[in-house]
Amino acid sequence: MTKKQINNILIWIGAIFLILLIMTPGLWVVITAFRPQVDIMAKPAVWIPRNLSFNQFETMLFGGSEGSMGRSPVPVLSYLRNSLIISIVSTSVAVFIGTLGGYAFARHEFKGKNSYFFLIMLTRAIPGISLSLPIFILFSKLGIIDTHFGIIIVFVALNVPFTIWLTDGFFRQIPRAMSEVAMTDGCTRLQAFWHIELPLSKSGIASAGIFAFLISWNEFALVSNLARSTDSKTLTVGLMDFTSQFTINWPGMCALAVFIIIPALILTFMVQKHLVSGLTFGGVKG
Amino acid sequence: MAKVTLENVSKFYGNVEAVKKINLEIKDKEFLVLVGPSGCGKSSSLRMIAGLEEIDEGIIKIGDQTVNELEPRERNVSMVFQNYALYPHMTVEENLGFSLKIAAQEKKEIEERVEEAAEILDITEFLQRKPSQLSGGQRQRVAMGRAIVRRPDVFLFDEPLSNLDAKLRNQMRTEIKRLHQKVSTTIVYVTHDQVEAMTLADRIVIMKDGIIEQIGSPLDLFERPATKFVATFIGSPSMNMINATIINENNQLIMKTDDGIFVPVPQDKINSVKDGQKISFGFRAEDIVPLRFGQKPNNHWDMKSKVNLAEPLGTETLIFTNFGSVEIVSRMFTPEQVNSNENLDFSLNLDRTYLFDDETGMAI
Repeated sequence: MTKKQINNILIWIGAIFLILLIMTPGLWVVITAFRPQVDIMAKPAVWIPRNLSFNQFETMLFGGSEGSMGRSPVPVLSYLRNSLIISIVSTSVAVFIGTLGGYAFARHEFKGKNSYFFLIMLTRAIPGISLSLPIFILFSKLGIIDTHFGIIIVFVALNVPFTIWLTDGFFRQIPRAMSEVAMTDGCTRLQAFWHIELPLSKSGIASAGIFAFLISWNEFALVSNLARSTDSKTLTVGLMDFTSQFTINWPGMCALAVFIIIPALILTFMVQKHLVSGLTFGGVKG
Repeated sequence: MAKVTLENVSKFYGNVEAVKKINLEIKDKEFLVLVGPSGCGKSSSLRMIAGLEEIDEGIIKIGDQTVNELEPRERNVSMVFQNYALYPHMTVEENLGFSLKIAAQEKKEIEERVEEAAEILDITEFLQRKPSQLSGGQRQRVAMGRAIVRRPDVFLFDEPLSNLDAKLRNQMRTEIKRLHQKVSTTIVYVTHDQVEAMTLADRIVIMKDGIIEQIGSPLDLFERPATKFVATFIGSPSMNMINATIINENNQLIMKTDDGIFVPVPQDKINSVKDGQKISFGFRAEDIVPLRFGQKPNNHWDMKSKVNLAEPLGTETLIFTNFGSVEIVSRMFTPEQVNSNENLDFSLNLDRTYLFDDETGMAI
């Protein structure tokens, strides 16, 4: 064996090890979702799953009576509706504002531009959870606790800086001459943006959108404070419904977790190509 | 009818004055080339005409209309950029038709005009391709086609050939000239390449450090450079330039070079110089003749010098030799072998020797 082949094998082993390390918890969640509670709690542990079933999912979605703990089912469909509304609306708004912001930073000169940009990026350095109490107080004064509106506002605020950063990098990659030609070709600045620069940066905007969506979809800490009831609880927060004072319905919780992961996974697959090019293309500029 | 007028136009970038109060009148249907080294303000001037840069001072008129406050789209100009700037997400056809589509022209009209432009530039077969599937020369053609389709009052070219290789550049240069004959529209063309300027222009504007050094026809500039800069910028190889001082030797004014060589002042300049004046005198390569291969000029000054290097180019040979400590180049049009280190007699044509005042840089 040559040195190169040995190297290759070592790299492969390392890669497989890393993948296992990353995948195992996820895989465990998926397996657990299909197993009965007795199997999960068994001591000594049952490593190889026996009787797998869709019971948890049935109970979760249709409120069947066969839930392994016999609990009343969690209102998953309401949570799904909340999650979808909040994620889609907040993503759309964040992408709209963020793209315009990114374009402004990339193309226009204005006073204090750099410090302003820095300031916006700085907001992302603050851990979201540290804001939860002030936001809670503020929102309760405004009376928008436990509403879609309130949570959407928080997510928009979270996602706009990132979208600005990503799309700014993208617009910078497009030669200025492109919009200049368009403007001598008869476009207003807005038309040049709409017909030329926007289509050219769509993969960047798509990746910004996916990131924003995933952040909104997966967020737990902030929403768990702001959402109090089925009116606004999202799926992630709904996971907590499977815990009670003395017991945790692990299979149910894992089933919901799988349910949460699937759309995110599909989305990521769908736009995988955009995502990679988006990050490498737009991310060049720091 | 579209002449372009620049009156006292200035452009500032921060505290730097990139264009300094220039005045220029470009005639209708004229092919005008702005040429100069990088940073001379030529591109800024062009971009101000296009409306892509604010005009900080002065007035620009297209036709009789002052365009200072007009948006680029309202000026009816078309610009061709150095990097083509074709819309990558559109086919060639869509690229060509874009301006008409924006102007909400009828579909049939768009098709006709796109086809017409494609025929002029011989790109009909590429209409359905995307820009990424085209070669550099084809992209350049599409960029020009996009400019033609609009039927603008003025074409603006910003170094359109600098991204092409040498062979293609020559070919496209010819095509641009031909295009001008076909569409006969006013063209303002920016380049740093004096050969492009000489071959294309009706008139050349030479700029340096934001001011206009000289305006004139290519031959004007070549034969009668107004400044030392113009003299060395125009022509290839560059004009030889020797620093000297005018001194009075036995009641006769004579040029003494920094190396102590004495050269007579050309007859027609004798009354324009004075004792002690610092000057440079310049002569083109073909005006210092190696005697073995050429004829002695009428008014001449002779010297003997060793050949440093000879570059045979077929129709001509460039001979590098020393004038005192300054290396100069001589050109002869007879294809004969010249060897390095050979000693040759050279004869300088005094009738074609240019004098420049060192203080002002102006021709004497």
